[in-house]
Order: sequence, then structure tokens, then C-alpha cells
Amino acid sequence: MPNPLRSEGEAFRFLLGAVVYFAAIAIAGVINAWAGLAVFIVLTAAVVVWWWRAQAREPRPVSAMAVPGGSADERRILVVANETVGGAPLLERITELASDGKARVFVVSPALNSPLRHLASDEDAARAAAQDRLDRSLSALATNGVHARGQVGDGDPLQAIEDALRTFGADEIVISTHPEGRSNWLERGVVANARERFAVPIHHVVVDLDRERTS
Amino acid sequence: MATVDHATHPPVAHQSSRVDARTLGMFLFIASEIMLFGSFFTIYFFVRVAAGTAWPTPPYQLPVFVAGMNTIILVTSSFTMHWALQSIKRGNRAGLQAGLVLTFLLGLSFLLTQILEYSRIGFTPHTNAFGSVFFGLTGLHGAHVFVGLTILLAATIRAFRGHYTEESHHGVEIPGIYWHFVDVMWIVVYTTVYIL
Repeated sequence: MPNPLRSEGEAFRFLLGAVVYFAAIAIAGVINAWAGLAVFIVLTAAVVVWWWRAQAREPRPVSAMAVPGGSADERRILVVANETVGGAPLLERITELASDGKARVFVVSPALNSPLRHLASDEDAARAAAQDRLDRSLSALATNGVHARGQVGDGDPLQAIEDALRTFGADEIVISTHPEGRSNWLERGVVANARERFAVPIHHVVVDLDRERTS
Repeated sequence: MATVDHATHPPVAHQSSRVDARTLGMFLFIASEIMLFGSFFTIYFFVRVAAGTAWPTPPYQLPVFVAGMNTIILVTSSFTMHWALQSIKRGNRAGLQAGLVLTFLLGLSFLLTQILEYSRIGFTPHTNAFGSVFFGLTGLHGAHVFVGLTILLAATIRAFRGHYTEESHHGVEIPGIYWHFVDVMWIVVYTTVYIL
């Protein structure tokens, strides 16, 4: 069914149509109540016919599920990480998992944002920061010879995983977090919830960025 | 050789059905709003048609002309909203800012005029069923205008802080859809409550 409020432009045209529709009914109704009723019936019938024809022109929705490509023995690894995306333990683990040369790696960097900015749809800075982390991570993986692609994901890591699974049918998932006590994701039970929610093996990698900086 | 391929746009939204998520969300929104306004219009129907209550109940009069001017103000605000979005789509930031400020001011004028109308109308929601229905319907719409103004204010502040680009202007598009919907509802309310 055509949705008249799908975009601002369509909503604006819908408003103009409503103005014409109700103005005609009101003018006819003020002149004569029966004339108002007649205009209402005629215009409503015209709208229904237009709506029905527009429905027939509407393209069918396309399935969002991606069809996994590649060879049968190919392993597809989905990596989800926040600030730890460039951490050495994570890069080592990915390199280890992809060492047989038959792995495809897809890195998702969630656009972490404050609740207030999230509510205000102000996520430009969060996305830019996530993109920067992703760029550095992909460059580091490239240096290690790992075939990797990536994208900035939803601020909610579980949603980001689910979004990515729809375009990248992963065989296993790697989630990288800060150590216990400093990890907001662990406090929220992201890893545990991901194991319950997704029917693929999930590896948890802990990255201690403070220790990496001092060593 | 590693390849770097990362999107510069938001990820594809999660979809649990074959209906596009944005379409489904907007359908649910419209459905909930239709039910909300529909319940108020049902009361209006029963009071005015089924119960045969005089509309407006004598000796009270509805300020049709003032409300008509208010209608023009609100419909004009939809044009300025549309102009604001078209401006940013063309990279015209000044047009975006002017459009949003005008839309906000016109919306505020509408709301203040309605409040003034309430103070001088001579009856209250407690007066009789006609008064209850009148204040219920116009008040419900006024609440939607208030929410719209709040959203518009946030969008306007963001516009003056340099947010939004030709490619990224969802923060203007969504308030625009909401604002036009609020205007459409007013057209329905004005026609049924004030004119017919």
C-alpha cells in the first residue's frame, strides 16, 4: 500500500491534497448539506480508485536476507569491536582465525553515542569516530595480509551484529571488549546476550588498551 | 592483498519481516495516530450526530474567522518546512535556517493564537458535552503542535550549529513528515469542528 508519509515530499503533497479535499467538502457543505455529502462521496471514491491504482504500481518489497557467496569451504568471520578495534590481541586473533587463507573477515565498528545525542539523532560525530577506528583497523589487518571489509554499525552492538548478519552470513563472530570492570559492553551482558541470540560460535577477545599503551 | 571496503552510510536496518522497516514504522505511527484521533472523532460523532447536540451549543459561538486565519498560518508553515528541506538538498544552508525559523515562528503563532482563543471563547470543557469535545479535539491537536515545535526547535538549533548536508538531512526530513501530518490533522479538525 502506498504510504503518503514515507518522505517529506510525499507528506507535503498529501497535505496539499488534504487541503483541496476538505476545502471542496467544506465549501459545498456550507452552500448545501446534501451538496457537501455528494462532494464527499465523489472525492472519496476518486481517492480510493487512485489509491488502488497506486498500490498496483508499488514495487514488491525485496527480501533483506543476503545470499552468502564464495566457495563452500570458505569461513566467514564477523568482528564487532568498539574502541578496542585496533587492539593487538584482537588483530592477533583475527589473523589466527584467518590464517588458512580461506577466511573472509567483515569488521563492524558500532557508532557509539551518548543517549542524549542518540535521542536527538545527532550521530555524525559518533559515526565519524567509528569510521576512523574502522579505517585504522582495516589498515592494520591489511598489513597482516588479512582480506577484510567493514562498515560502521548501529550504536547497539547486538543490533549491529544482527544488521551485519543480514548482509554477511557469518560462520563465527568475534566480539572485542575492554577488560572486566572497564567494559560497558560486559556490564550490559553483550557477549552473553549475543551467545543466546545468535546461533553461531562467538569468540570473546579482551583488549587492555591501557596495558598496550604502557608496554 | 587486503581490500578495504567500508560503507559511508548507515547499515541496512534490521528487518524482521518483508516490509521495509521505515515503511512499517510510519504505518504503525499513522495507525496509532488515526486510532487516537479516531477515538476523539467518534465522541464528536456521538455528541453531534447520535445525540443531536446543537453545534455550537447556543449561546456560544466558535471563532471561525480567527481559526481560519490560524489554518492559513499552519498551512503556510508547511510550505516553509518544505522550503527548508529543499534548500538543504540543494546545499543552501541559509534557506534551511530561514525555513526552519519561519516554520517554528508560524507554528508558535498558531499555538499562541489557539491559547488566546481558549481564554476568550466563553466556555470550558466542563460547560457541556460540546465544550468537552471542542477542547478535547483542538487540545489534542495543540499537544501535537507542541511536540512538533519541540522537534523543530531541536532541528533549528542543529541547523545553526552547522549540522545537515546535501546528503545527510534525516534530522530535517523526519520533523517535516511529522509537521505535515499535524497540519493534515488540523485541516480535518477545522473542517469538522468549525466549518461543518
